[in-house]
Amino acid sequence: MAEYETHEYDVVVVGAGGAGLRAAIEASAQGVKTALICKSLLGKAHTVMAEGGIAAAMGNIYPEDNWQVHFRDTMRGGKMLNNWRMAQLHAQEAPERVYELERWGALFDRTGDGRISQRPFGGHRYDRLAHVGDRTGLEMIRTLQQHAVHQGIDVFMEVTVSSLLKDGDRISGAVAYQRESGHIMVFNAKSVVLATGGIGKAWKVTSNSWEYTGDGHSLAYQAGADLIDMEFVQYHPTGMVWPPSVRGILVTEGVRGDGGTLRNSEGERFMFRYIPEFFKAETADTEEEADRWYGDKVNNRRTPDLLPRDEVARAINSEVKAGRGSPHGGVFLDIASRRTPDEIRRRLPSMYHQFMKLADVDITAVPMEVGPTCHYVMGGVRVDADTGASTVPGLFAAGEVAGGMHGANRLGGNSLSDLLVFGRRAGAGAVEYANGLATSPRVDQGQADAIVTEMMGYFERDGGENPYSVQKDLQETMQELVGIIRTQSELKQALAKIQELKERADNTSVEGNRQYNPGWHLAMDLKSLLAVSEASCLAATERKESRGGHTREDYPGTDPEWGRHNIAIRRAEDGGMFVTKEPLPQMPADLAALLEDGK
Amino acid sequence: MSQYTLRVFRGDSSGGDFRDYEVEVEEGQVVLDVIHTIQATQANDLAVRWNCKAGKCGSCSAEVDGQPRLMCMTRMAQFEASQPITVAPIKTFPIIKDLVTDVSFNYEAAKRIPQLQIREPGRDGTYRMQQIDVERSQEFRKCIECFLCQDVCHVIRDHPENKENFFGPRWFVRLAELEMHPLDTVDRTEFIRDAGGIAYCNITKCCTEVCPEDIHITDNAIIPLKERVVDKYYDPFRWIFGKLTGKP
Repeated sequence: MAEYETHEYDVVVVGAGGAGLRAAIEASAQGVKTALICKSLLGKAHTVMAEGGIAAAMGNIYPEDNWQVHFRDTMRGGKMLNNWRMAQLHAQEAPERVYELERWGALFDRTGDGRISQRPFGGHRYDRLAHVGDRTGLEMIRTLQQHAVHQGIDVFMEVTVSSLLKDGDRISGAVAYQRESGHIMVFNAKSVVLATGGIGKAWKVTSNSWEYTGDGHSLAYQAGADLIDMEFVQYHPTGMVWPPSVRGILVTEGVRGDGGTLRNSEGERFMFRYIPEFFKAETADTEEEADRWYGDKVNNRRTPDLLPRDEVARAINSEVKAGRGSPHGGVFLDIASRRTPDEIRRRLPSMYHQFMKLADVDITAVPMEVGPTCHYVMGGVRVDADTGASTVPGLFAAGEVAGGMHGANRLGGNSLSDLLVFGRRAGAGAVEYANGLATSPRVDQGQADAIVTEMMGYFERDGGENPYSVQKDLQETMQELVGIIRTQSELKQALAKIQELKERADNTSVEGNRQYNPGWHLAMDLKSLLAVSEASCLAATERKESRGGHTREDYPGTDPEWGRHNIAIRRAEDGGMFVTKEPLPQMPADLAALLEDGK
Repeated sequence: MSQYTLRVFRGDSSGGDFRDYEVEVEEGQVVLDVIHTIQATQANDLAVRWNCKAGKCGSCSAEVDGQPRLMCMTRMAQFEASQPITVAPIKTFPIIKDLVTDVSFNYEAAKRIPQLQIREPGRDGTYRMQQIDVERSQEFRKCIECFLCQDVCHVIRDHPENKENFFGPRWFVRLAELEMHPLDTVDRTEFIRDAGGIAYCNITKCCTEVCPEDIHITDNAIIPLKERVVDKYYDPFRWIFGKLTGKP
């Protein structure tokens, strides 16, 4: 069996995007020995791709804005399925987290009077997103990274965690491998914070990178933690559609925030036809009012181009199906006719660059072609709102891998703020738990050995299948059968297909050796990809209604009964997935009153 | 669809060679797509770094036909299908495997740079800054750490022994960013001269030419830093003044 090295820490953070970095900074600042493990080089995590901004009710543009309004927008955007306490903490603490980034060196775009500028975004009542052009994620990750490297955190780059370890019921550490050498590392830790991001790589058309294989979701599930809301997957309405090689790459919502508008092949601003009853009172119903809204948000209602993402993605899908799409199967997103070339290049520099370089399209002169792309999973590890604790002692989660905060649909801009607010809280929660332990958990040698043996197994099989073929078939299955619009028969087909793919994944083999071997890495990632695909598919089968990021062709309406329930998934005794319907946590009356207020 | 030959470096620190792969290339594809096709169909163990595939993360740097580039932003259409296209790892850093190099030099440099220390906030407890003042450092903060500037810098590309005494363009960009940060209070001039070794740079602007973010590395970062060093340590009037008054 392969040799391995052992490391001991109080807190091990898995993932170094916004949530992982913020958690590690917090843990380390509280004086415990902290390790930060990341799959890529530091500073390359998915956070770097976030474009639009960080939602925080600082009220710099509209003094009318405050945490209560942000809370209400978030809950309504999530179709009321959000964990109320998470939505409350998020809205209350986001501004301080933004100011903290500024103190650590972030340089946000400014208002005329020198304060942090805020931009409008979908589903947010007021201009709320602190931003740096359209590269806010880069600013955020760089700021956290630059702050973290001076904090004495041990960073393990290009290391992937493949399994968690337990001592009885509680977490005792993790087994990981170094990509560079293939060496195995065993971490003995009092607590582990998962901050591994999402699951988008299970779909074919996605804005997500190779890292987004649902590792944290799967690690938590295997360790016995609950997953919730796994049926809710967000399609970002605007991904690139042409040329084929860039299909899915994100086009920021900031384009619409800054005045861009969606049109079909007939030139119609079709979103006016797709305003749902739920948002009628707060959405402009004429082009004139929508255009006035950009300059005066107090006296005008929001343009339907900026309805929450689930609404816009479905509308685009319908337009394309009705034959009113653009030449390459999307719709048009036009900013060229609405803003001057100078404004576009200044406000949206990386969008300008991206279309120019990858598609030969000058967005200051002609409209872009865009269509939905798999972007974000609302579902994740069930956590305690205040501490990020999962249902397994010693296991914490924050950011996209955690569930509950965004309910059935996430608002743009609420992700970066989520990472900061709950990254910090999970870091603190993990420290508090670690410090409170009477005895330190121990690594069970036999458990670790069994995991290592499994990891090495891929090299011992000859003539097995190519892991890339299994991944490709999974992505096609999820794209075709578990897409924006779902239906019972297709979900059943997908589940059957996933069972077949699991068998195939167990019989992949790997060429070459352990040194930096992407084929081997993918073979191991398949386990996570298949687990999250199955969970998402099972939850989607169970929820017989349409809500947020889950639309059922066979159950097109929302059902108030389902609006009071989450779907939870956990490992059953027999190793299978146990699916259960559970009531939402009860919201206190003062918060509920904020939502009833019809304003 | 057209048929291309990619000549890709395969090997590790003990050596290696270029291997030819025949690939079908679809409309609009970039070099990284083709590397992925090779990986998925012909060489599962071909090592390459990538993340965003949209020019935002700076992971997929390589030398394509001798030019330092991000593979995700290099369209295949610009090459002739009749000639093989070579893809090699960046040269300045030690090779790990195939297209992956050991860039830890950069992470060590980042740790050594004296960190930001900010001034007291204004009377209302916040920091007011004008857009025009943040823009200078914002230009430098566009850096995606692809290290292509480090790759083409002769000081370290052709003389690896200089790495001990010279940080390279990426880290002068970082230092300029801190020095021009509106809230910062630290003076790093001595550090830039001694640890950073800025005098080694002879302003050939190779770094500026390859920057995928169009940062004016030489003009806006390196030259102003050189001027600060010269002003502080090599200004003859200041030197005489110091000698006469006994003040440094």
